[in-house]
Amino acid sequence: MAVLLLAEVTNGELSRDATAKAVAAVKPLGDVTLLCAGASARAAADEAAKIDGVAKVLVAEDARYGHRLAEPTAALIVSLAGDYSHIVAPATTDAKNVMPRVAALLDVMVLSDVSAVIDADTFERPVYAGNAIQTVKSSDATKVMTIRTASFDAAGEGGSADVSDAALADDPALSKWVSDEVAESDRPELTSAGRVVSGGRALGSKEQFAIIETLADKLGAAVGASRAAVDSGYAPNDWQVGQTGKVVAPELYVAIGISGAIQHLAGMKDSKVIVAINKDEEAPIFQVADYGLVGDLFQIVPELTEKL
Amino acid sequence: MKVLVPVKRVIDYNVKARVKADGSGVDLANVKMSMNPFDEIAVEEAIRLKEKGVATEVVAVSVGVKQSAETLRTALAMGADRAILVVAADDVHQDIEPLAVAKILKAIIDEEQPKLVVAGKQAIDNDMNATGQMLSALLGWSQATFASKLEIEGEAAKVTREVDGGLQTIEVTLPAIVTADLRLNEPRYASLPNIMKAKKKPLDEKTAADYGVDVTPRLTVVSTREPEGRKAGIKVGSVDELVSKLKEAGVV
Repeated sequence: MAVLLLAEVTNGELSRDATAKAVAAVKPLGDVTLLCAGASARAAADEAAKIDGVAKVLVAEDARYGHRLAEPTAALIVSLAGDYSHIVAPATTDAKNVMPRVAALLDVMVLSDVSAVIDADTFERPVYAGNAIQTVKSSDATKVMTIRTASFDAAGEGGSADVSDAALADDPALSKWVSDEVAESDRPELTSAGRVVSGGRALGSKEQFAIIETLADKLGAAVGASRAAVDSGYAPNDWQVGQTGKVVAPELYVAIGISGAIQHLAGMKDSKVIVAINKDEEAPIFQVADYGLVGDLFQIVPELTEKL
Repeated sequence: MKVLVPVKRVIDYNVKARVKADGSGVDLANVKMSMNPFDEIAVEEAIRLKEKGVATEVVAVSVGVKQSAETLRTALAMGADRAILVVAADDVHQDIEPLAVAKILKAIIDEEQPKLVVAGKQAIDNDMNATGQMLSALLGWSQATFASKLEIEGEAAKVTREVDGGLQTIEVTLPAIVTADLRLNEPRYASLPNIMKAKKKPLDEKTAADYGVDVTPRLTVVSTREPEGRKAGIKVGSVDELVSKLKEAGVV
């Protein structure tokens, strides 16, 4: 059996954490070939070749793969699919865009957000916002799936896989990239951070949300947000933690002014230590928190920032 | 321009799913069911396109059990013009997989010839996030997933997408599939007069067999279990106590 794994490459840069976690998840299934696609992807491929457990790296470097548009990337993967029993990717927004398209082109079902690999055909995945875990067995010849990275530890370094060029596939040319709106930040990336500080609706405004960021910076943490905070414009969309946002499992998760709707819990309840700060002592977030502190966040958060 | 909107009947988003004691699945008997929240956003977007004069007709489609007719009535009450129900299961516990749904939708689209499909990005029951992308693949159309903004410009749609790093704007050639993310719009509530009017709007009833689609699942659910629960934590009385607990736990 052989696995083709779409590495997470954004603007020429390898997301090592997401890619190496997916490698760790699927290594038991067979030889892992990584595919690095992008307008610039060679440096990412060289870096990916060092991930422990990678047998081979394919590079598809061409402008058509530049912005990970679904149609050309899916066409590329499908053109390579014949050699593999499993086609996988870390469950990033890019992969969630591409992989179901790949699956449909191969006339197979997709397995989204796989959280455990039982055997070559059998996998676990969360459903109903993580309130149930399903074990599913696929009868498809090729398994196409995305990996929930928060459920796996990243593969280490030490590999020295061969890097070679993949044949490019025709571009269906159905869509084109217009622009990106990406905030530059020195903070750790949300899904790979060891610590995350998240704020909710109770912050009340974008300006007041800054106290979350100050605490996060003191802790060297990434900043997260509840859906309510993002909907209200206090925080950008890429900070959203939850069922349909990002799924995180850091060592420390601090939920501030977040009531704890099931959709939010779905994105953070696998964190090692959870702290909740909320003025409502009945808030559901306290049911999953290791340490809860009831009170006014506008007093508690600055004090906590000072005392850490 | 005709717009087609697929909608799914799912467990209400406020209801916590309970795993059945025998591990055979999630208990959906006597549980409140609603339209998938992302599909509500998709319906709203289609209706707004009609109100702006961009869309001429909004057709809602649902694939599932016969009770999905209620979900379609909700779409009609919001403002969709007509509806197509495709009965593909008898048991409310049987989920029709995205691949089968996409094949049925493709058959309907071949007949209806819409220029745009607006779908929810994900159903909150199976959390697959797949139907739109699969439908797009089967049709050979362009796709713009996780949309937070949609503008129709002639023969193209300009779509802003919510992605991991922030926002990406792309332009897709019509016909296209757009899947709705949370921030695309805030869906309206249907007014009572519109709920009454919706009862008179056309709702065609079909079956999966009418479209020659085999809905046999490719993924067999072996078992369903509760996730590992967290142990109940403690409440601390002060910031000092919290800091000392965190130090004890070795996380700060």
